[in-house]
Amino acid sequence: MTKKAKVFRPTAFAFPYLAVTLVFVIVPLILVLVYAFRGADGGFTLQNFRQVFTEPESLRQLGKTVGIAALSTAICLVIAYTVAFVLASQPFNKMAILALLFVIPMWINFMLRIFALQSLLSVIGIGKGFAAVIIGMVYDFFPYMLLPIYTVLVNMDKSYVEASRDLGANPVQTFFKVTLPLSLPGVISGVSMMFMPIFSSYAITKTMGNMNTTVIGAAIASLFENVNYGDYGYGSALSFVLLLIVLLVMFLGNLLSRRVTKAPKGGKA
Amino acid sequence: MMNKTSSRMYLIARWAILLLVLAAIYLPLVMIIVYSFSASQSVGGEYGEFTFRLYARLVENSDILVALRNTLVIGLSSAALATILGTTASIGIHYMRKKIKSAVDTASQITVVNAEIVTAMGFFLLIIFLRDTVMIPVNFGIVWLILTHTVITTPYVILTVTPRLQQLNPNLLEASMDLGAGPMRSLFTVMLPQLAGAMVSGFALAFTLSLDDFVVTNINGADVETISTFVYAGMRKKGIPVEMRALSTIIFIVVLTALIVYNVVKNKKAKEQAKKA
Repeated sequence: MTKKAKVFRPTAFAFPYLAVTLVFVIVPLILVLVYAFRGADGGFTLQNFRQVFTEPESLRQLGKTVGIAALSTAICLVIAYTVAFVLASQPFNKMAILALLFVIPMWINFMLRIFALQSLLSVIGIGKGFAAVIIGMVYDFFPYMLLPIYTVLVNMDKSYVEASRDLGANPVQTFFKVTLPLSLPGVISGVSMMFMPIFSSYAITKTMGNMNTTVIGAAIASLFENVNYGDYGYGSALSFVLLLIVLLVMFLGNLLSRRVTKAPKGGKA
Repeated sequence: MMNKTSSRMYLIARWAILLLVLAAIYLPLVMIIVYSFSASQSVGGEYGEFTFRLYARLVENSDILVALRNTLVIGLSSAALATILGTTASIGIHYMRKKIKSAVDTASQITVVNAEIVTAMGFFLLIIFLRDTVMIPVNFGIVWLILTHTVITTPYVILTVTPRLQQLNPNLLEASMDLGAGPMRSLFTVMLPQLAGAMVSGFALAFTLSLDDFVVTNINGADVETISTFVYAGMRKKGIPVEMRALSTIIFIVVLTALIVYNVVKNKKAKEQAKKA
């Protein structure tokens, strides 16, 4: 009895990781905050944020980023949903290797895939520019969009669809009233795996785009290219704004998925 | 009759969609593979004769080989560190009280959900801070890349190991301790072997994430090139050496065959087990 009272709790095992997280994750975030509010003289200032919100260039970059992210995410969603829907239907849902072929590129270095795509595009006559960037984004993120949607669709309880058909709904009605709402958790997770990461994907805009295509990540990266003369204050303010956007998108995503998972009673999420 | 033809048309249409998308996915890769056997200056240029010349020249291109070596060194060391750190963390977190546990979970998700450019910039500022304010002589380069890659991949190891940890039978550990083994010995001889599979998965995941990383590496690497930053620099300015096509082909083929073989074997095993049961 006395032996049992001494509960085994090796929580100390997490301490190295906690120390690493503190130094490498928490401290950098605080540094971003400090640099964002610090002027050249070392005092407190809002100048960096004024620069972000009043300079037409930074606003334009932010607008372009949201535009590129929204358009390529929408296109990718439509293609990925169609493929996932087909893959989850009879007889394709019995062919495990077929679905695998669509997500394998995920494991190949993305820069090499972009290099391959860029080579193909230039052969078929699509030069660097807006169209190439959108194609690049869709190509790069496709497996990440497909996987969550496919997983939800293939595990969906088929009796909901059958019930809908038995009760007289046609296939189109069944899709919009039953299948689509039930698959929304997969859609939300696919969209969130693509929309925000695009903000950092300057590797694609800088290699496949031209002067007019950019994402906000490129602006931040270029501010840090020179270790000695970098404009850390402005870069930190931009990052801080980006951080707020991340939080906002996450909040909206959580809100949406909570509503979605609540709606169909007894549905498997 | 009518129904039969229309359902047949539907099947053909669905095959067409799948094949079209598969073609779009694999056409760029196939083109690189095809042109890796040509000495043509550019992909899509005049093909010339079928040759292994690029593969022979790949072995002599020290720029590519150094980038490849850096990629592997960073990938393997950071994945090993992340596996150790992530596994010990999972065990510790598993035994924490609920409130602390959820706080730690949230903290570990920060780098996962954050925009990568912000994470990369944070690491950059951390060096400036450690060097200029704390006076610890750290610098950008391969060691820093190993550390930062460890930090960004460890949460994924935790996400892989934790579910397995929750499935373990706690009685086994208790039995081991009741039979006189100390807590440490029980942990290493009873719990760790059961986590081995999840640790291997976590290692593989961390390794692939490290290989694929670009933003953190680009901003924190100074002049250390990995495959990602090397190809990026080539596409922007210098042009990509033709030998890269040979290396890409090798990588494509290795990844494709490894994944297909792994999954075929896994499916077969699952089927056999289903039959037994």
